[in-house]
Amino acid sequence: MKTQTSRRTLLKKGLGSAAAAIFLRAKTARSHNIKRYPNSCGVLVDMTRCIGCRSCEAACNAEQKLPSPALPFDDRSLFAQGRHGSKRRTDENHFTVINRYDPPEIDHPLFRKIQCNHCQEPACLSSCFVNAYTKTPEGAVIYNPDVCVGCRTCMIACPFYIPAFRYSSALHPQIVKCQFCYETRLKNNLLPACVEACPQEALLFGKREKLIKIARHRIRNDRDRYVDHIYGEYEAGGTSWLYLSSVEFDQVGFDTTIPHEPILNSVKNFLAMVPMVLTIWPPLFAGFHLLAARRARAEKTRQENNREKADEDV
Amino acid sequence: MKMFNPENVHLPVSGSKKNDGSPWSFQDKVLLGLTPRQYLSQLCRNRVNWLLVLIFGVGIPLIVQRYFYGLAAVTHGSNDYPWGLFLGFGLFGMVPLSASGFLLGTTVTLFGRKDFHPIERLALLNGLLGYFFAVVYLLVDLGMPWRLAYPMFVSLGPAAVLFLVAWHVATYLSVQIAELLPALFEWLNRPAWKHYIAKISLGLTIAGIILSTLHQGALGALFTYAPTKIHPLWLSTDFQWIHFLCSAVFGGLSMVIISSFLISRYASWRCGKEFSSTLHDITLGLGKGASYAVFTYLVIKIVAIAHDNEWEYLLTAWGGYFLLEIAIGVVIPLILFARGVRRGSVTTVRWAAAIAVIGIIWNRLNVAIYCFNYQLYQEVPHWKEVWLTVTLYALYFIVYRFIVYRLPIVFTWNKQSRKP
Ligand code: SF4
Ligand code: SF4
Repeated sequence: MKTQTSRRTLLKKGLGSAAAAIFLRAKTARSHNIKRYPNSCGVLVDMTRCIGCRSCEAACNAEQKLPSPALPFDDRSLFAQGRHGSKRRTDENHFTVINRYDPPEIDHPLFRKIQCNHCQEPACLSSCFVNAYTKTPEGAVIYNPDVCVGCRTCMIACPFYIPAFRYSSALHPQIVKCQFCYETRLKNNLLPACVEACPQEALLFGKREKLIKIARHRIRNDRDRYVDHIYGEYEAGGTSWLYLSSVEFDQVGFDTTIPHEPILNSVKNFLAMVPMVLTIWPPLFAGFHLLAARRARAEKTRQENNREKADEDV
Repeated sequence: MKMFNPENVHLPVSGSKKNDGSPWSFQDKVLLGLTPRQYLSQLCRNRVNWLLVLIFGVGIPLIVQRYFYGLAAVTHGSNDYPWGLFLGFGLFGMVPLSASGFLLGTTVTLFGRKDFHPIERLALLNGLLGYFFAVVYLLVDLGMPWRLAYPMFVSLGPAAVLFLVAWHVATYLSVQIAELLPALFEWLNRPAWKHYIAKISLGLTIAGIILSTLHQGALGALFTYAPTKIHPLWLSTDFQWIHFLCSAVFGGLSMVIISSFLISRYASWRCGKEFSSTLHDITLGLGKGASYAVFTYLVIKIVAIAHDNEWEYLLTAWGGYFLLEIAIGVVIPLILFARGVRRGSVTTVRWAAAIAVIGIIWNRLNVAIYCFNYQLYQEVPHWKEVWLTVTLYALYFIVYRFIVYRLPIVFTWNKQSRKP
C-alpha cells in the first residue's frame, strides 16, 4: 500500500503539469489508455469446489491485520446475515466475503467468494481524479491512500460494489479493498493469502490467459458440472478473477447485466465532446458578440440618421 | 430594516456618501447605516432569524460531530450509496441552479441585450454563491477535505470526469469572483479598480460559457460511470451530459426569477429604481428563455428514451415514477412558463420557476440517490444528514442576504451624494 512514486516527485510532476493541464486536458482525456498486461495474474474460483469454510476470509483477516470479527470464522449462522435484505458485502473490515446461495435446481448450497476482481480495465482506476489506483503488471489493482481525497467516485464506478470507505474515521478515512496481497505477497512471488488458505483448491492462482484455458478445459470435460460461462472473461472488459459455477450466474448473486466493454466506454461520449467545446465555443461566441455589437452600432446610426432627417424635415 | 427607513433620511446606504455629502464609514456600510443597537434589534425582531437560530442550534454541533468523529457519525456511511444528500443536493442540485451567472453574462455582455442588465449582477451573485456553497457541501462530504487541492496540484488524474469538474468549478469560481468584483469595488469606494475588470469582461464571459457547458455536462457524465446501477430511465450514457446541461439552463433562469422575486418582495427597500421598474419585463423575458429550455429538455428526454429503446420501462412502476417526475418537474413548468409569458403574467412565470427549481432538485436526487442502486434496497438518509444539509443551506441564505443588503447588486451605486 506504499506510494509507488515518492510524494515529492508527485508534487513536482503535479505542479509542472497543473498549469498545462487545463489547456491540454482535451488531449489527455482522449488518450486515456489503461495498460493491458498480457502476463497479468489472476485467480480462478471454482464454485463447485467451495464448501463455504471461510478459511480464505480468516486468512485475509490475518494477512491484512483487520480487527477480529464478532463471530468466529467457523460460525455458519453468519450466512443468514446481511443488511437491508441483501447478502454481506465487503466493507472496511472485510476485504473478502463468502456468501451462501441455495439455488432451487441443485440439492446443495453454493458459496460465492467476493473480493476485488482486479479488472483488466478497472472502473475505479479510470474514475479517480487523483490517480490513486494503479494496475500493476502482475494484474493487481492497488490503491494509494496518500493521495485519495475521499470523494468516493470509485465506489460509484465499480460495477461489482467492491471498494468500501472507512467512514468511521475522522482523520484517516480511506478506501479499503482487496489489494491482491500485492505488497506483502504478490510482489515477492508468493500466493495471495486466501488462495494459500483454501483447503479445497477452489481457488487457483496463475496467469490469466492460462486460467481461462484451464476453465475452458474443465467446462468441456464435465458439462454436467459447469454452466458454459466463465464469469469475468469479458465482464466489464475482463477481470483477473474468474469464476466457474454449476448454475447460471445470476442465481448466485452475480450481476449478469454488466456490459462486456469497459465501464469507461460509457463515459467516452462525454470525454470526446470536451475538445470540441474547447475549440468551437470561443470563436463561435466571439462571433455572436461581434454580430450583436455590429447590429447595435447599425441600430444606433440608423436612429441618428432618422433624427437628423427629422431635424431637416422640421 | 424597513422600519428604520422613514426615521433616517440617509437610509438605505446606496452610495459612498450620505445625502448631506458626508461619507459613510466602513462600519456604517457593514451595519447598513444603522447604529449597532438598532442593527441588533432589527436582527432579533426578524422571525426568519429565529428559524435560522433553531437550525444552527442543532446544526453546528452536528458539524462539529462530523469533523471529530467522521462521516459515519452523521450519515449512515453506506458503502452501497457512496453519495448522499451532501452531494445529491449540495453539488448536483446547487450547481445547475447556479447556471444563472453564465446565462445572463452571455445574454448581456455577449449578445448585447442591455435590457437584462439590471438583473445581471444578481444572476452573477446567484451563480457565485451557488458554486461556492457546492464546494462547501463538498468539504463536508469529502473524506479528506483538507486534500481538496490534490487533484489540482499533487496528483492528477486528468482522464477522470471528476477531474474536469474540479478544475472547471475552481476556475469558474475565480471567473465569477472577477465578474462580481466591480460591485465590491464600488462598495469599497474604489471605482478606479473596476477598469481592469471591465477590460477583460468579454474574455471572462466566454470563459464562463466554456467552463459552464463543460462542467454542467460533466456532472451528468459522472453518472455514466455507473451504467448498471442507475435505472435506465434516469441514465442515458449518450445524452446524460446534454440532459444535465439543458436542465441547468432553465434551472439557473428559474432560480434568478425566484430570488429576484423574493428580494423585490421582502427587501424592497434595497431595490433600486431601475431594478424595480424593469423586474416585470425581465421576469417575463427570463421566463421566455426558460420555456425554450424546458421544451428542449423535454424533447431530448424523449429522444433519449427512443434512442435507448426504453419504452417498455415506462409501463413499470419505475416508469410511472419517471412520468410523474417529467409531468411535475417539466411539463407543468413548461405550460406555466408558456402561459405566463403569453399573458404577461409574472405570477404565473414565478410559479413555473418555483416548480421548475423543485423539479431539478428532485431529478438530481433521483439520479444520485433514489434511482441509484435501483436493484438494491432503498437508502433513507440519516436525520442528521438531512439537518446538516439544511444547515448549510441556511448558511447559504445568510451569506446571500448579507451581500444583497450591502453590495450594489440590485441597485446602482451612487458615487455622488443624492439630492434629498
Ligand atoms: S472490481 Fe471494482 S474495485 Fe476491483 S478493480 Fe474492478 S472496478 Fe476496481
Ligand atoms: S475516493 Fe479516493 S480513490 Fe476513490 S475516486 Fe475519490 S480520490 Fe480516487
